[in-house]
Amino acid sequence: MIRRFPWAEIVVALLLAAISAWALPRLLPLYLLINATIYVSMAVLALSLAFVWGFGGILCFGQTAFFGLGGYTYAVAALNLTGTSWAVPIAVAVPALFAALLGYLMFFGRVGNIYVGVITFAVTLILFNFANSTAGAQWHIGAAPLGGFNGIPSTPPLNVPGEPGNALAPEEIFGVAAISLALSYVICKLLLHSRFGRAAVAVKENETRAELLGYDVRLYKLGVFAIGGAIAGLAGMLFANCVFVSPTMFSLFYAAQVIIWVMVGGLGTLVGPMLGAIVLQMLTAWAGTLKDVSPNLILGVILMAAVLVIPRGILPTATEAAARLGRRGAAR
Amino acid sequence: MTALLATENLSMHFGGVRAVNGVSLAIAEGELRCLIGPNGAGKSTFFKCLTGQYKPTAGRIRFRGRDVTGYDSFAIARLGVGIKTQVPSLFDGLDVMESVLLALRRRHNEAIARSRALAVLDRLGIAALVRHEVGRLGHGQRQLVELAMVVAPEPDLIILDEPTAGMSVEETARTAELIRELNRRHAIVVVEHDMQFIRAIAKTVTVFHQGYVLMEDSAERVLADPRVRDVYLGKAVGPAGPEQP
Repeated sequence: MIRRFPWAEIVVALLLAAISAWALPRLLPLYLLINATIYVSMAVLALSLAFVWGFGGILCFGQTAFFGLGGYTYAVAALNLTGTSWAVPIAVAVPALFAALLGYLMFFGRVGNIYVGVITFAVTLILFNFANSTAGAQWHIGAAPLGGFNGIPSTPPLNVPGEPGNALAPEEIFGVAAISLALSYVICKLLLHSRFGRAAVAVKENETRAELLGYDVRLYKLGVFAIGGAIAGLAGMLFANCVFVSPTMFSLFYAAQVIIWVMVGGLGTLVGPMLGAIVLQMLTAWAGTLKDVSPNLILGVILMAAVLVIPRGILPTATEAAARLGRRGAAR
Repeated sequence: MTALLATENLSMHFGGVRAVNGVSLAIAEGELRCLIGPNGAGKSTFFKCLTGQYKPTAGRIRFRGRDVTGYDSFAIARLGVGIKTQVPSLFDGLDVMESVLLALRRRHNEAIARSRALAVLDRLGIAALVRHEVGRLGHGQRQLVELAMVVAPEPDLIILDEPTAGMSVEETARTAELIRELNRRHAIVVVEHDMQFIRAIAKTVTVFHQGYVLMEDSAERVLADPRVRDVYLGKAVGPAGPEQP
């Protein structure tokens, strides 16, 4: 439960981001640094679901809808506007507004939790199919061709704010990603510490009781969902900067993976899912290099073992073990 | 004088089942009213209509003269109505203090909320539990934590659905005492079917039977009435219909 102001967490997060933004570009070769940027952008996506599901109690099976929308919006805005300065806020705002609209229909329509999962999943698959079917010159928004299955390979990289000609190098984009992850975490932490966040957690704990205490649970769920949409949009923008946007951003592959990252990392924590996203992607990449064993088999075994051995996820299990060791040490 | 809470011909039908059928009653400021009746008499459905969990099929609900029919639960709660459900409805993952603070934060800043929460927990004799996780408490303590959440914002009216469900004889006696004590500051409606408990607390009793009000009178008269006894024993009572003036 969050009670004291999370100073320590905020300072550690910002320090870690600053150190990795400075050190990793000096330590890693370029291809690994780009991989690291992808992992960090996925960690932002995992954080968004950790917030929505772990603290808002909303099982969103289609968090990738907002992730993909963030990527596409960024690409379309960057190709139509001069430079990317405005593309970034637009890439956060559009998924947030879309999430707010979808959330309004679901929560004010009093749709049950299971159906929220089904609806969000259907929405991301609809967007996947739609984006896939936009091949051909007739499918464009202003100067941005949507490109069907191929997506928008010409997505321009971020530039220095206000200097459209001055594009950031991959090293700097990694820095932006690391700091974005830290700032998103800080924002989630502050929100959970606020009155809004505490009421949202109460809604997750027991909707009926929260309502009987006078909280309009629909508004709290809507707020959490829209904030999650904004963060997922930011993740999509970062992803668009290290890969490029394509319909796979909306796909079942990513939609399912992000849920696995959150579960393995630890539902009900913010740090666990971020770690889960990074560690599991590294594992996936490593498994892909093995010749004799299918990477899917290895991942499958790891996931089943995780569910059976540490059902609450890595972080809660590790924290509990550390606390137990601490108590035993104190008893001696 | 305008009643604190009044229903006018309130009905709730589920298809062909008339769970509540044309119930009119009025609760005055500071009153302690018991709604009784055997299983299936319609009192829990009536409770859910009052608390916004069901939207009534017909009729009106007024709070201080204001029409609140069809209001959502949160809107009813905001009018100053504290609601306690039959099965304790709690925040199991939170601690006792945070739970009570949640009941107070909508109206007060953190410092005032904290001091009021402590005062309420003290009043209910569970101040020692502030740091305990609600999910790990025993049944009796959970009932008290829920009551603390209900009472903390100083509601004008408290509605309790079977507050002694699952309680031992001693716990029931203590709850009766507590309700009498709460009644000094709040009007209370208790939905109950335990006759011993009613005897211990009630002044005015409304008896439900098959969705109608069978009778409404002082506790002694109601408990002595042969029709009420027959209803509880499952004997046919006729004609079952709205109480005639």
